[in-house]
Parts: sequence; structure tokens; C-alpha cells
Amino acid sequence: MKISAVPYVALKALRRNTMRTLLTALGIIIGVGAVITMVGLGQGAGAEVEEQVNRLGQNVILVFPGERQLGGVSIGGGSANTLTVGDAIALREEIPEVVAASPEVRSQRVLVYGNRNWATPVYGQSHDYLQIRDWPIEDGRMFTEEEVGRAALVTVIGQTVVQELFEGSDPIGETVRVRGLPLEVIGVLAPKGMSLMGSVQDDLAIVPYTTGFQRISGRSHAMVINVQVYNEESMDIARAKITDLLRERHRLAPNQDNDFTIQTQEEVAQVATETSRVMTWLLASIASIALFVGGIGIMNVMLVSVTERTREVGLRLAVGAKGPDVLLQFLIEAVILCLLGGLGGILVGVVATEVIASYAGWPALFSIEAMVVAVGVSAAVGVFFGFYPAWKASRLDPIIALRRE
Amino acid sequence: MDVLELKGIERTYRTGTVEVKALRGVDLTVAEAEFLAIMGPSGSGKSTLMNILGCLDSPTAGQYLLNGRDVATLKRGQLAQIRNETLGFVFQAFHLLPRTTASENVELPLLYRDERLSWKQIRDRAREALEVVGLGDRLHHTPTELSGGQKQRVAIARALVTKPRVLLADEPTGNLDTRTSLEIIELIQRLNDEGLTILMVTHEPEIARFAERVVILRDGLLRSDRRRTPLRAADHLADWSEESEDAMDEALGDRMNTEITPPVEVGP
Ligand SMILES: Nc1ncnc2c1ncn2[C@@H]1O[C@H](COP(=O)(O)OP(=O)(O)OP(=O)(O)O)[C@@H](O)[C@H]1O
Ligand SMILES: [Mg+2]
Repeated sequence: MKISAVPYVALKALRRNTMRTLLTALGIIIGVGAVITMVGLGQGAGAEVEEQVNRLGQNVILVFPGERQLGGVSIGGGSANTLTVGDAIALREEIPEVVAASPEVRSQRVLVYGNRNWATPVYGQSHDYLQIRDWPIEDGRMFTEEEVGRAALVTVIGQTVVQELFEGSDPIGETVRVRGLPLEVIGVLAPKGMSLMGSVQDDLAIVPYTTGFQRISGRSHAMVINVQVYNEESMDIARAKITDLLRERHRLAPNQDNDFTIQTQEEVAQVATETSRVMTWLLASIASIALFVGGIGIMNVMLVSVTERTREVGLRLAVGAKGPDVLLQFLIEAVILCLLGGLGGILVGVVATEVIASYAGWPALFSIEAMVVAVGVSAAVGVFFGFYPAWKASRLDPIIALRRE
Repeated sequence: MDVLELKGIERTYRTGTVEVKALRGVDLTVAEAEFLAIMGPSGSGKSTLMNILGCLDSPTAGQYLLNGRDVATLKRGQLAQIRNETLGFVFQAFHLLPRTTASENVELPLLYRDERLSWKQIRDRAREALEVVGLGDRLHHTPTELSGGQKQRVAIARALVTKPRVLLADEPTGNLDTRTSLEIIELIQRLNDEGLTILMVTHEPEIARFAERVVILRDGLLRSDRRRTPLRAADHLADWSEESEDAMDEALGDRMNTEITPPVEVGP
């Protein structure tokens, strides 16, 4: 057979059955597009989780009150009253590896400025809290240790609060009221964006913990102590020293369990990564259902035209085509179809991922494996159901294939 | 020299438990450049015989020698080559590829040639073959855009485009009017004069008169094998056109007369 006639005949056959070609390609496009989008979103979310965990700060250890299971990360949910401000100060002063420690207390309060008010979480923290979180000040300054010491009535606010209370005008030097307490705004935090749970991290106000504990939240114990360690190598030793020091300060007998829980940034990250991995798998399984449905679509379209294909094969054999000529044609036909559909699907998947990811504020990630698997599966389905009837027909006597109904 | 030789050919169709003996021992020898007509009532096995002769179907018993070679011993690839190069087959049911132009349908056998042909040669030969059957102006029509007779002629062009040595035509004039039938027979006679061996199935005795040899098939057996001097289609075509022109004139005259008669006004 004429070699250039093979793709010619295959393309002619695809054009002759425009509807079948389009429907089959559509099946592949949907399957491949869905897989790429789902896996891409899952991985993008995962990367975002990692990014946010990194934004917790460098070499951070969180000490929670009470004994909890690893994995039960509920930030700020201080159930027990076991951690004191004194514990935080002791950690910073008695453990050389600890460079910063901030006892945290949080309460939801209404901030009033002029005739406007805004409910926001107010955090009591130490002067070095922003250093722990690696969170820059955009405007003004953070409060000092001296201001913490004298429980100064000052606050540093997030972007959301600036917008809601000051409508964009310069808040530095202005006074906001919390429970009648006048707080001078001395700084504005740089924007941080959405958190993992979708809450706006920029919606907050930070005050010295001395002010925060007694006068704003009315609590006496820390909900968590944010600790920063000197460097990564010191994390383990710091952890051990923190444990020893707190046990000693809390006068725990050797047979007693800890009344606090230490989590490193890595452990928090592990939990978060595990969550996002589960999510990726979940999305991937939804995508495989889409792929499966697309495959059934392809199969259906191909099977509907089996009679016509059988007759076509019969005729080609009757006018002198050899079995391999016909098979090659049908194979090329199926391959062209799958390539076109696959490319279309990749295009659709990439665009959909970009659009959704930009809405969600995640990075759009693409997995080559997902593309290969998706295109491979739909190509296999397309080739099998496009090729199999032709292969069967090519083994018949031409007249029997021609008579098929 | 004998081109085709059949010895005791049988073909039995099995449909479930029912057996139909379509051919029950056919012996037939066809010499080179012979023009043979196969006649017989419907269901007598004519198409079955043609399919076997065309290497499209295999007999259940008997021997078929094509150019002295036993077809049963040939491989599938060799059979394909014979169908492509030696035989031209016109199906009773045309079997054109749907949604494919006349020209592309005729090109089809050339695509499967081992001989190297350029695309231009393929196109030109397809066009020539269609011009020969009088469809030079229908190259780009698809089967649904063609009449029954035109489809049949595309099928004939497809059989001839490979310049075969044997033409097997199953009722090639079955769907044609008398004039077009005569044109096709005239073409077949011309090709026959040039040395093409022709086997043609027909159920019309008038058409069979143009063949030099007529065999009659009945209930799967050959009952009669006669030779005689054939009529020439070319002569008939010449006569026929004069007659038809006379007839046309008369018809036109009649219509003119009726038109001249003034319409009768009918009052209320
Ligand atoms: N594929 C088949 N399966 C079963 N029986 C068949 C098949 N093809 C033909 N027959 C039977 O074989 C017999 C011969 O059929 P064939 O088609 O050869 O007749 P024919 O002479 O060509 O008739 P016609 O003039 O109507 O075309 C018929 O009785 C028919 O019913
Ligand atoms: Mg028949």
C-alpha cells in the first residue's frame, strides 16, 4: 500500500464521521481535562498549605496548655489553664536556645473609632511576636518590651481593620476603643492573605500581652506560647529543655503526664500536608470517575458505528486492501483522535486549573503524571474500541464483513 | 487458455440449524477474453457463485483454479493482491463508501496497489474511469447525491480503474434504464474486444443476448451452457437514439397541439 495513503485514508475516515469524531474527542477532552484540573487543584492546595506553614515563621515551637493528641491542632483552643506568663518569661530567660517567647491570649472584641465599629480578634502578645511569625510591619512600629512591661495602651492592627475602621486614611496616632479602653494605633501589619481555613489573617489587632490578659480578655493564663528557637539544629534540644523546664515549674511528679503539649512547626506542617494529600486523592478519585464516564462515552460512540466500520473494512478488503493495511489505517485513525482529544483535554484542564486557582488564590500546579495517565487511559479506551471491531472485521471473509448488519 | 476453472464447487450457508445449499456442484471453465452471461431465477445462487469467483468467499467444497492456481492454497495477502490487480468486482448492492465522493470511491482500489502511483496518477485514473462510465461531471458527488443508476456506474468505474484482467459484474444493469444499460453493455463489449474476460450476472434475456456465452443456474446447479453470435450494443445504441428522437418529436407535437386548443370558458 502507498505509505502516504495511510494518514490520508485515516483523516478522510475521521472527516467522514464528523459526529463520531467530535463525540469521541469530547469524551477524551472531558476525561483528561477533569483529571488535570482536579489533580492540579489538589496539588496547588497542597503547595499553598506548605507555604502557609512556612509563613508560621522560622524554627517555631508552639506550647499548648493541657495534654493533647498529636494532630489535634486547634490553634488557640486553650482548654486548660496550665500555662502562665511566667512560664513564657522563664522559657526565654532560662533556655539559651530560645530567642523569643510570646504568651498568647485571644478574644473577640469590638473596636470603636469615631462612629464606626468593627468586631475583630484581639491578640495579646509579647514585643517579639512579629519576629517569631516573620511578619513585617508596613507602617509605624511594633510595641517595645518597655511598653509591654508597663502594659501600655497601644495596638498594632491588620489591613482589614485599617480598611473597616479608617476607610483607608492613615490610622497611625489615632485612638480606638475596646471596652472603653483607649488604645493608640502605633503600627500597621503587612498584608498576609487568606489562611488555610479561609479566614482573613489580616483581620486582627495585637496588643501587649500585659494589656491583653487582664484588661481586654480577662484571662489569667496563656492559650498558647509561641516560641522561636535559635536555629533548626537546636529544635530537638530546645524541645527537651522546654519540657523539663515546664515540668519543673509545674511541679509534676515523674509519673505524671505533661500538662502541656509541644508542637514544632514541622509537626503542624505534617498534619496540614497529610490533610492536603487526602484532599488530592479525593479530587483524583472524583477525576477518575470523570475519566471513566468519558471512557464509557468513547466506547459508546465507537460501538454504535461498529456495523458501519465492519462494512467499510469488508469493502476495503474486497477491493484489495490487505489485513495489515486496514488495521494500520484504523490504528492511525484512533491515535490521531486520541492525540487531538488529549491535547484538547490538556488545554481545557490547564485553563480550568489556572482560572479556579486564581479565584482560590492558590498556585496552579500541573502534574505530568496525571496528564500521562489521563491521556493514556482515554487513548487506550479509544484505541481499543476503535480498533477492535476493525481488527475483528479484518479477519473475516470480505463478503461476510460486507453483509454485516 | 482458461482463466477460470471451477470443479464441483459447493457452497452451503448455515443459519442456526437451517442449511441452505446455494451451490451444489458447479463445473465451469471460462477462457480468456470470453464474455459470459450468468442467468437464473432469483435465489438460484448467482451472487454466491460470483462471490466465490471474486475470491470474496470460499466454497465449502470443490476446487477453484484462477489462472491455473488453486485459490484454496493462497494466503490472505495473495488473495487481496488478486482482488486488487486481477479481478474487478461490481457488487449487486454497489457497496460504495458512504459520505465519500464518487472520485474517492473510485480511487480506493488504487490506494492499495503495490505498484507505485503518484497522487496525480491516482486522481487522473479515477477521473478517466468515471468519464468512461459517463460520470465525468459527478466526480465530487457523494452516494446520497447520486441516482441508483449513477451509483451503479460508480461501482463499475471502481471495478475498472485497476485495469483488471477479469471483470465480475453482479447485475451491472439491474438499476439502469434501457439506454444506459445499452451504454454500459457497449462499454463492456468494447473492453471485451480489447481482451478483458467478463462474467456478468443478469436476469434480463435481452441483456444476455449481448454475451457470446450464456449459462443458466437453477437451484445451485448449471442447467444450460449455450454459445451464439452476440448482438452488438453499439448498433442498437445507434438505432435506439434515432427511434427515441422520433418518439420525442411526436410527444412534443402532441403537447403543442393541446396547447394551441383554446381553453373552454365555463360560465357560472
Ligand atoms: N449469507 C447467507 N446466509 C444464508 N443464506 C444465504 C446467504 N446468502 C445467500 N443465501 C441463500 O442462498 C441462496 C442463493 O442466494 P444468492 O444471493 O446467490 O441468489 P441470487 O441468484 O443472486 O439471487 P438474486 O437474483 O435475487 O440476486 C438463496 O436461497 C439465499 O437465501
Ligand atoms: Mg444476486
